[in-house]
Amino acid sequence: MSPEPTNGDLRVGVFVCDCGLNIAGTVDCGAVTAYAETLPDVICAVRNKYTCADPGQNEIKTAIHKHKLNRVVVASCTPRMHEPTFRQCVLEAGLNPYLMEMANLREHCSWVHPGDREGATAKAMDLVASAVAKARLLEPQEEMEVPVTKRALVIGGGVAGIEAALELADAGHPVTLVEKEASIGGIMAQLDKTYPTMDCSI
Amino acid sequence: MTQPDEYQMGLSSRKAIYIPFPQAVPCSYILDMEHCLGNNPIACGKCQDVCEKQAINYDDADEVITREVGAIIVAIGLDVYDPTEMDEYGYTRYDNVITSMEFERLICAGGPTAGHFVRPGDSQRPKRIGFVQCVGSRNPKIGRPWCSNICCMNTVKDTLLLADHYPDVENVVYYQDIRAFGKSFEDMFQRSKEAGTRYVRGLPGDVEENPTNGNLLVTVENTTSGKLERHELDMLVLSVGVEPPKDLAKISGLLTLSKTSDGFLMESHPKLKPVDAPTRGVYFAGFCESPKDIKDSVCQAGAAASRAGALLNAGKITIEAITSQIDAESCTKCGVCARVCPYGAIQWKKGEVAVVIEAACAGCGACGAACQFGSITMRHFTDAQLVAQVRAIMAEKPKEKVMVFACNWCSYAGGDMAGISRIQYPATNRVMRTMCSARVSEDMVLEAFRVGAPIVLVSGCHYADCHYINANRQTVQRVQRLWNKLEKAGVRPERLQLEWISAAEGQKFAQVMKQMEELRQTVTDEEIAHAMEALKPKPKKKPKPKAEPAAAAAP
Repeated sequence: MSPEPTNGDLRVGVFVCDCGLNIAGTVDCGAVTAYAETLPDVICAVRNKYTCADPGQNEIKTAIHKHKLNRVVVASCTPRMHEPTFRQCVLEAGLNPYLMEMANLREHCSWVHPGDREGATAKAMDLVASAVAKARLLEPQEEMEVPVTKRALVIGGGVAGIEAALELADAGHPVTLVEKEASIGGIMAQLDKTYPTMDCSI
Repeated sequence: MTQPDEYQMGLSSRKAIYIPFPQAVPCSYILDMEHCLGNNPIACGKCQDVCEKQAINYDDADEVITREVGAIIVAIGLDVYDPTEMDEYGYTRYDNVITSMEFERLICAGGPTAGHFVRPGDSQRPKRIGFVQCVGSRNPKIGRPWCSNICCMNTVKDTLLLADHYPDVENVVYYQDIRAFGKSFEDMFQRSKEAGTRYVRGLPGDVEENPTNGNLLVTVENTTSGKLERHELDMLVLSVGVEPPKDLAKISGLLTLSKTSDGFLMESHPKLKPVDAPTRGVYFAGFCESPKDIKDSVCQAGAAASRAGALLNAGKITIEAITSQIDAESCTKCGVCARVCPYGAIQWKKGEVAVVIEAACAGCGACGAACQFGSITMRHFTDAQLVAQVRAIMAEKPKEKVMVFACNWCSYAGGDMAGISRIQYPATNRVMRTMCSARVSEDMVLEAFRVGAPIVLVSGCHYADCHYINANRQTVQRVQRLWNKLEKAGVRPERLQLEWISAAEGQKFAQVMKQMEELRQTVTDEEIAHAMEALKPKPKKKPKPKAEPAAAAAP
């Protein structure tokens, strides 16, 4: 496949995370960073020890300003964990948070291919290429806010449900507690004494 | 009319109108309509006659109450293991073998014997009492590998209660490991031993009853001494484990929750979001998340209430900008998008352009994949972005790679779980994330084959667990259509695979990736080249494709 034509307005920065040895112990992060620099519209590629830590985030922010980046790729862990972190990071540097894309080099790569440095590195490169390809087509987005109904539902009237309902009610929230049996109390109500205090369950 | 009293574990009886137990809340009488004869006033109706306040209404019916809520805490508790299947302990055959729940009622002042601890067989007070640990816990042979957490300390407590009530009692506990890890637990365990309780490491292999006196003969291998021991006991208490409640399947279906491999509820993150469900606004408290004792249940309930309270206090929630947008100009007014939307978030009338109600759109992308005319843009997961990802992944050495489309909530998270658990699999797969498997369009799959992918896997949540109600039914239909298309084009349909992998199934994710790699190795260069050619997009048909049947008939 021929690479997509470059677009002069696009300025992508790629940040490859070692995650200590979590990623770098298996993936050749230096080679992945060097590869990232060859991808279309990538202006800079930076390798960090811990991208999610303050120094790592500061490097992203500095690079956004220095290189006038308008797209960011973070190649680190699963977006299910740190996508909010890096969205906030680019937002603080003045970018729309939806102009950031992640490549999962840890959960989906280094942690599952520890005996295969070559294979894991080749895979990491592809995951970065995939993230850059998406990043080049990202658009700024605005999130919509919707109101939250100020009432909580607690399902189950055992010790956990009763406690949660009381806590919420004490904090001033209306609470509906539902229980399938005729009485609240749950299984705990059937116990005589409970450990470690040896006092009555109800 | 009398019935076994459920609260007393069937050790005494109750009437068809009763208060569940003295401390019940609300403390009022309830009618057991299944056994009440008053339903037919000719047969009974006595309670109505004597109730001066006329509070009894045999015709009262269930009522559906609707409440709109902003946060939900799931605290549906547990079920206690029924040891009937573990026949070696003789629970169903011998009167004096009881469960730890029955023990609670027998020793309780509010119990059927007013706290006088006696054997069910002959109402005599037992002196020699054995406790068997891990009945229905830590036993993979019966599909119950988990530790139930509470049974060790509950037994330690029981031995102390017995020693306190009856100084002449001789307790013996059969165990695999005593897990006394909590605050002040070790102290209790030591006190139990000081009170004379004997702890024997080893679970009984056999229990027999002496039919003349109802005593029990327990055979156990003491794994500390390596010797076989035989103990004659007056009573045996099975320290039963716990299990996820039966209602859990229903609740998890309603709230699109996931379960871990042992069947308890799966949290959003094991360390960082331990009380959050993956579904926003839903939190867990107590046993249904994992086995835990009262103190931990109370702690978790406080945490869940705090998380829910923070959401309610904020009073608003931001919706991720991944919703659907319809281009009114190119929309052909066909209405397919409205039909596939699981949320009814697309308004369409015959002859009119479809319109998205943004607040109702959850962003699954089923509409985007179903639209044949490119009129739908899924924000942040556009066709162009996803196709660009496929091309980038397959740009070099495509025949060495397996193209995987994984849904955010289950399959992608299952991949994360494989990572967290360090389960290894071949490094040949390349995963692309979409919010739902229903977002994967025909064109994305075909494009992967066109650029040389040997194998394409589409993976999503298990059928009943779809996080977008039932959008993954669209996935099934689409993959079936694609299989037909591939077959017609002379492409082996097995090269397109469909798998359901939940967020908890790291093991399955790794297994599927191994299978995909094995399958990939069966695909020849010729097959790949053929698919690349045969699946090339056909030039756009003319508006009136009258010549089509003739073209199809051509050799």
